[in-house]
Amino acid sequence: MMDYIWAFLVGGSICMIAQILMDKTNLTPARILVYFVTAGVILGAIGVYEPLVKLGKAGATVPLPGFGYSLAKGAIREVEKYGLIGAFTGGVKATSAGIAAAVFFGYIMALLFNPKTKN
Amino acid sequence: MEKRKENEIKNIYQQMVQKKVPQSSLIKDAIFAFVVGGLICDVGQFFMNLFLSFGISKDDVGYYVATVMVFLGAFLTGLGVYDNIGKYAGAGSIVPITGFANSIVSPAMEYKREGYIFGVGSKMFVIAGPILVYGISSSIIVGIIYYLVKVLAR
Repeated sequence: MMDYIWAFLVGGSICMIAQILMDKTNLTPARILVYFVTAGVILGAIGVYEPLVKLGKAGATVPLPGFGYSLAKGAIREVEKYGLIGAFTGGVKATSAGIAAAVFFGYIMALLFNPKTKN
Repeated sequence: MEKRKENEIKNIYQQMVQKKVPQSSLIKDAIFAFVVGGLICDVGQFFMNLFLSFGISKDDVGYYVATVMVFLGAFLTGLGVYDNIGKYAGAGSIVPITGFANSIVSPAMEYKREGYIFGVGSKMFVIAGPILVYGISSSIIVGIIYYLVKVLAR
């Protein structure tokens, strides 16, 4: 049960920060997402995001900064294992499931469905 | 005399405007984003616990959660449900990985009439593209810096 409470609090807080930025700065959602992924990469690299993942679990990995965190963590892990080439293989490997699923399911759903008429 | 009347009318007008214009919705927006974002993460947590209980290792469970959440985001976008959530949730539905899937399906559906290659195939990445470019590139830089630090520290 504690899992769900922490996931809710950590994930909710990350989304709330994004919302406040959107309201206060007029940044478009797309820009916020780019900033949040990049922030996740940097925070992941310097070890700040790791404690959030330990605490919030899915609350930290489901939001987009968690995607950046996985990219950075993967790159570092593969550099440890394979040297410099790991910088190129590690990030995408660690996030391969999410990227491939997004491309595949995104394409399928776009084929199956049509945009709803806006009221 | 004229001046005073003018000011009075101005005052009344301003009071009317203040009543009509919605109060700064920052707090309301933030609460909605917090609650919806938190709930979406709880859905992710549910699947994480479920897959862990199937005996999937802690290292691999992220792949399963990401795949399921992306599927749900894409499917609910197709059904038109996700955008209805987004109307209230704002960043709460944009920032989770389900929002990443939403950002792919929405433009892909919208541009279907431009064909399956340059409509669906390329418009899928209108928002997802920049995310991947900046995310992957910065992770490569992190990897290179980490390598250099390791070599120099030797």
